Amino acid sequence: MENRLDEIKNSAKNTLKEILYPLTAIVVSFLAGAILVYAFGNSPKVAYKALFLGALGDLNKFGETLVTTTTLILTGLSVAFAYKCGLFNIGAEGQFIMGSVAAVWIGWALEGLPPSIHVLLTLIAGALAGGIWAGFVGWLKAKVGSHEVINSIMMNYIALNLSNYLIMTVLNEPGKAFSFEIAPTAKLWRFSQSFEQFKYSRLHIGIIIAIFVALAAYYLLNKTVTGYEIRSVGFNPDASEYGGINVKRNIVLAMLISGLFSGLAGAIHTAGVQYRVNNLFGLTGYGFDGISVALVGNNNPIGVILSALLFGVLQKGGPMMQIEGIPKEVVGIIQGIILLFVASNFVRVMVQRYKENKEIRAQLKKGEVK
Amino acid sequence: MSAVIEMKGISKSFPGVKANDNINLTVNEGEIHVLLGENGAGKSTLMNILYGLYTPDEGEIFVKGKKVVISNPNVAISLGIGMVHQHFMLVPPFTVAENIILGSEPRKGLSLDMNRAIEEVLELSKKYELKVDPNAKVQDITVGMQQRVEILKTLYRGAEILILDEPTAVLTPQEIKELGIILKSLVSQGKSIILITHKLKEVMSMSDKVTIIRSGKVIDTLKTSETSIEELAEKMVGRKVSFAVKKDDAKIGKPILQVKGLKALDNRGLEAVKGVDLEVRSGEILGIAGVDGNGQNELIQAITGLRRTEKGQVLINGKDVTNLSTKEIIDSGLGYIPEDRHKRGLILNFPLYENSILGSQRSKKFKKGIGMDYKKIRDYAKKLIKEFDVRTPSEKVFAKSLSGGNQQKMIIARELDRDPVLLIASQPTRGLDVGAIEFVHQRLIEQRNKGKAVLLVSLELDEIMDLSDRIAVMYDGKIIDTVNAKETNELELGIMMAGGRSEKKH
Repeated sequence: MENRLDEIKNSAKNTLKEILYPLTAIVVSFLAGAILVYAFGNSPKVAYKALFLGALGDLNKFGETLVTTTTLILTGLSVAFAYKCGLFNIGAEGQFIMGSVAAVWIGWALEGLPPSIHVLLTLIAGALAGGIWAGFVGWLKAKVGSHEVINSIMMNYIALNLSNYLIMTVLNEPGKAFSFEIAPTAKLWRFSQSFEQFKYSRLHIGIIIAIFVALAAYYLLNKTVTGYEIRSVGFNPDASEYGGINVKRNIVLAMLISGLFSGLAGAIHTAGVQYRVNNLFGLTGYGFDGISVALVGNNNPIGVILSALLFGVLQKGGPMMQIEGIPKEVVGIIQGIILLFVASNFVRVMVQRYKENKEIRAQLKKGEVK
Repeated sequence: MSAVIEMKGISKSFPGVKANDNINLTVNEGEIHVLLGENGAGKSTLMNILYGLYTPDEGEIFVKGKKVVISNPNVAISLGIGMVHQHFMLVPPFTVAENIILGSEPRKGLSLDMNRAIEEVLELSKKYELKVDPNAKVQDITVGMQQRVEILKTLYRGAEILILDEPTAVLTPQEIKELGIILKSLVSQGKSIILITHKLKEVMSMSDKVTIIRSGKVIDTLKTSETSIEELAEKMVGRKVSFAVKKDDAKIGKPILQVKGLKALDNRGLEAVKGVDLEVRSGEILGIAGVDGNGQNELIQAITGLRRTEKGQVLINGKDVTNLSTKEIIDSGLGYIPEDRHKRGLILNFPLYENSILGSQRSKKFKKGIGMDYKKIRDYAKKLIKEFDVRTPSEKVFAKSLSGGNQQKMIIARELDRDPVLLIASQPTRGLDVGAIEFVHQRLIEQRNKGKAVLLVSLELDEIMDLSDRIAVMYDGKIIDTVNAKETNELELGIMMAGGRSEKKH
């Protein structure tokens, strides 16, 4: 029992360590953002107050933030999971769209099913659609060795246009530029149905599903044979092959699972928020944001939850800053700075340099330098 | 002779280890001074301190009698210290001259003065008899030549004192001889050289003086002319080392590995193994001798399932395993020490405990419910670490932070603990020091004595001759002949390795 506790403590400690640097980078980015706001003649205090009140000011606002967070957790998880197998899934976008379309189709066509079953089928259909979309890219890589980045980008556009085609034909709400609405039995439970406090927010059960999926992904990656093999292929395919691990199978599997997460994101977004799919002029951005979320979350499922929350706050609070007369682009800039700091490992390098300098200073004190 | 480098009382600790403990080192002008020690003894740490890559915790450094603080490599370079790393730092598509001037380019106005660069390189090359072509691309020249480019790079920057880190590890015997000549010519023109190595033969043939380091401490400094290989080995390892491998007569049993008419292709799709027949029986070591690149790697990969067998058959214990997956072959009783521990043997970014189960990750032993039993896996790793004397602070350390010898021990521990009927060891002592080599040899003999079939592939003829009961010589994808180890000699094997048939009939 004690060992078990130790184990939990250990992995908690490791997780904390892994997110410490990104966390510091975030703080530094906010400071840099403050200087920027000040330089443009506005008050950083007013700006950040608007940002945080706008995103977290009351339960309704917080609820809306969490709606965005829900999607970002899942697309972030999707990118992070593939990365653990050494794959860059830049196609979360297309997998998200396929998930939405599949969810709308099942949610609309299977009207009449009991609610819980219908919801479940809707989500599973979405996840599978995303999984197949990404799994195909993985299969191409395993079969003919073509690069997943290029293929998944191409698949994004196929998804976009396929979705638009279906929405304007078989799924079309006559005379409109969007699909049919899903049946009430396919809709996710909303917090506003039971809690007065969330009356003006669309917050739905999806947030809990997303967090649960993230925890499951963490377990899968770090505690199971499948995770062991996926990570092993990610770090060293040659040694994995030597260890009797089927590298190609794991590439397909990792892509497929990665796609499940993005597809689920699309399905949850449809069944919880939109209830239909619009004819899209361009990509939604949820998938691409997933890349940022994964990066800031250090590709760790738990880190992804936290970083998705951060991005949710930034995206929902931004417009509030605008009301205060501060350009909402500042939020975009802060997001950019965060990514820059995290991607460049800025904090890690600074900490190392500080430590080295300290050593030299200590020597100076001891009088060892001429 | 005056001292060019004096390091006094140098200490440096890393978390968990004292890499250098009060080290004193004096290098005189115009001498080749070897730093001898096993992997992880602290040689490289000491040299990295001298080159400014590490800051010492304690101690003083004097260059030509002047006290200095070397806070980074630029300071070292300005003091006339140059370092040639074990892994070359060259830009392959650039020419020799471009690589040499990189970072201190001669200019004419705003533009690069390439002609002057080439002239200067030629001049230096002539002066020290390095014979490099400044216009050749680095990717087109041999490893030995690349090393000379590295040496030239330091000379171009005005190095008076050259540090060479394991310079012979990547060279062929011929190239090693040439390097010896180059070093002699350098010191004859007033340069001083510090050589890091753990190879005793080279110490004897190349150096004037040798300082032996063990566990971070200086054990002794000797004149090379007044010592012997045996004395150096004993001081380096800390006990008497037997170079001869003791083994009883083989108790040969039934055939374990049978290879029949095996053909396999290399990475370019050319036939590399051209019909090989082999048999390894229980209780014997079969050594495959041969010059590198004669199909040995492809043969082993075909046997272990890492490469397709185009034609022929592989049987383990009578079971046909031809073109089965590596997993199935492992499950049929294969243990395999691969030729490249970084590429194949370990996942460097995994902790030791995760590495300790590579190959048996799907075993029921390590399963608990739908997950893996990490508690048990860590205990298992601890057990292996203890039994095979892997030097590491704990099982949670990443494989990449272990020394080569200890990485190899970890691999051997893992492969032997699976209790395989067939053990394939491919260049199992490559890059290891004396102590570790002895350890590996003992383990292989031990497996043979236990009645396992051992297939040994090595480019070191000494190793093959010491360990094997029978020796198969491979040349151009074929087995030229299989001879009894007791009834052959270096000359006969050498002839066969070059493709000639032996006179005797076996």
